[in-house]
Amino acid sequence: MAGQTLYDKLWDSHLVKQRDDGSALIYIDRHVIHEVTSPQAFEGLRLAGRTPWRLDTNIATPDHNISTDKTERDAGVAGMSDEVSRIQVQTLDDNCDLYGIKEFKINEMGQGIVHVMGPELGATMPGMTVVCGDSHTATHGALACLAHGIGTSEVEHVLATQCLVAKKMKNMRVTVNGTLGAGVTPKDVVLAIIGKIGTAGGNGHAIEFAGSVFRDMSIEGRMTVCNMAIEAGARVGMVAVDQKTIDYCEGRQFVPKGEMFEQAVAYWNTLTSDVDAVFDTEVELAAEDIAPQVTWGTSPEMVSAVTACVPTLDEQPNEEKRKGLERALEYMGLEGGQAIESIAIDRVFIGSCTNSRIEDMRAAAEVAKGRKVAASLKQVLIVPGSQMVKAQAEAEGLDKIFIEAGMDWREPGCSMCLAMNADKLGAGEHCASTSNRNFEGRQGTGGRTHLMSPAMAAAAAVAGHIVDVRSFVGGDQ
Amino acid sequence: MKAFTQHRGLVGPMDRANVDTDMIIPKQFLKSIKRSGFGPNLFDELRYLDEGQPGADCSNRPLNPDFPLNFPRYTGASILLARKNFGCGSSREHAPWAIEDFGFNAIIAPSYADIFYNNCFKNGLLPVILTEEQVDILFKEMEAEEGYQLSIDLPAQTVTTDSGHVFAFEIDEFRKECLLQGLDEIGLTLKEADAIKQYEDARAAQHPWVFGAIK
Ligand code: SF4
Repeated sequence: MAGQTLYDKLWDSHLVKQRDDGSALIYIDRHVIHEVTSPQAFEGLRLAGRTPWRLDTNIATPDHNISTDKTERDAGVAGMSDEVSRIQVQTLDDNCDLYGIKEFKINEMGQGIVHVMGPELGATMPGMTVVCGDSHTATHGALACLAHGIGTSEVEHVLATQCLVAKKMKNMRVTVNGTLGAGVTPKDVVLAIIGKIGTAGGNGHAIEFAGSVFRDMSIEGRMTVCNMAIEAGARVGMVAVDQKTIDYCEGRQFVPKGEMFEQAVAYWNTLTSDVDAVFDTEVELAAEDIAPQVTWGTSPEMVSAVTACVPTLDEQPNEEKRKGLERALEYMGLEGGQAIESIAIDRVFIGSCTNSRIEDMRAAAEVAKGRKVAASLKQVLIVPGSQMVKAQAEAEGLDKIFIEAGMDWREPGCSMCLAMNADKLGAGEHCASTSNRNFEGRQGTGGRTHLMSPAMAAAAAVAGHIVDVRSFVGGDQ
Repeated sequence: MKAFTQHRGLVGPMDRANVDTDMIIPKQFLKSIKRSGFGPNLFDELRYLDEGQPGADCSNRPLNPDFPLNFPRYTGASILLARKNFGCGSSREHAPWAIEDFGFNAIIAPSYADIFYNNCFKNGLLPVILTEEQVDILFKEMEAEEGYQLSIDLPAQTVTTDSGHVFAFEIDEFRKECLLQGLDEIGLTLKEADAIKQYEDARAAQHPWVFGAIK
């Protein structure tokens, strides 16, 4: 018999019951809750006269629609200027208080974007099933978890039963071997993967990222990669356990200590795919072929190397795709054949659960240091992913570097990743963004998003247009 | 949950690939703490010429005359005909809520994003998968004939056109049963409470660190 993949192992160890009709009951170890997708679930629970199955599995925080402005944040929930948002955050607080669910409230140390918070507090540990009413839950898979997004009905289902009804997915392995060039980051790797397999390429699959590039990558880098599995169509992305995984977990708030830690580590070390495991789908990329990536269109698969040009309509033989391309170019206000580096930028957003961890902050600060934001820019938002990231960055003096460069240093939250709060693009504005989605209107109605790495976004802020960070010597450093 | 067995109704189009959930229901409407009332804001950015605000009355907003679902011929549509990878992007269940609230009972497309597909079933909304060729035929027939209707039969797993095509579709047994009977999935799972407890006991003995950590 062939060996098991990491996904097979995680699935088997959480199987409560396999039903005859092909569906299964899967046990959920960790449930992360935020303000936007939970109110209807709590209400459903109450209407049905049910209570949460288990409390110590849940962890909550507000992130999606809270302000990142210091003055407004200091005023707490009561001071939120958008009344509809305020009610939503208040509802989360009320629900957590009512049931006794652990919540890191709006300005509490520990608060942050759900997918930054879970791992950094050690609420996410290897071998767990982790769910959250948010599609970027795959982020936690960087710690060899089976982690995926769920809808609100499933949030209610998990609250009530600690289980999900699921069907086993297929196994996909994306292997990237070799050594990444200077200036090429985890974000570029995952964008290149999406460019290769497309936004539906991973549908129905759980993706394991394997190969020397991921082994060499930090845990935070692996999170950036797993985070965007959903942009490749896969609900689940993951990386096997190695020493880096264990070192990352050790000492974090909710991770066991002493003997129980040793016991956990012994188990965690088994969380790799067997050498003879068979994957349904295999994809390979060579590290040397990956350049810094930039999206030019309205879907994450509309991505190219920064050195390339925007594609032209006649390059696209497929009629349906040509229509899509035409619409995307029109929306983005771009000409086919135009150099990507010629695209002028109006705003920059460095943040989101993809790229708001301390390493991302450091990478952006390295570029910003001693330089100034181009005069043509309207705004450069630097939004740390959590209170802990913010505190660490400030301890390292990164906030001062950003402020001196003319950038805005903000309070943690989702911010302009989805523009549910005041951080938005105006119609027609181009944004160099480290987030994960460039859909029409994602960052504000009519806004034009270009996804890229934190270093590339910082370089764009200084240059005033998209620029290859590898050759970037602009500014007055 | 609402049950679905057979349905015959007017077909309305959403003729583009990769329609994402931001397009289905823009984020400003996600601030609601309710499950209903999203229908007037379905496809908000495409449907109206101004920017929609949560809680605002939509009846006097300027409609986009070029958006097909605004054409009088599609008024009252209850089957949404769409293209591949429908519902990609965020996991928001507000997307199927809005589609259902608008008046659709079923969607027909060549493929769906996984989370969206799953969410539809929780809301009595049937997402039918046909091949790209079959969907093409339906688009052509719909465009050619005003008042174009289709019949969907869930027990038989077929979509039937008045022109005589009968297209079979696949669906999971479990999901089909839940939809047919309008079953409460949570209630079903709670019938397995003993199995869940048994699992927990065994797991707590093996992996104690998974339990009791968060206080
Ligand atoms: S940062 Fe963006 S993608 Fe991540 S959880 Fe928040 S809204 Fe979702």
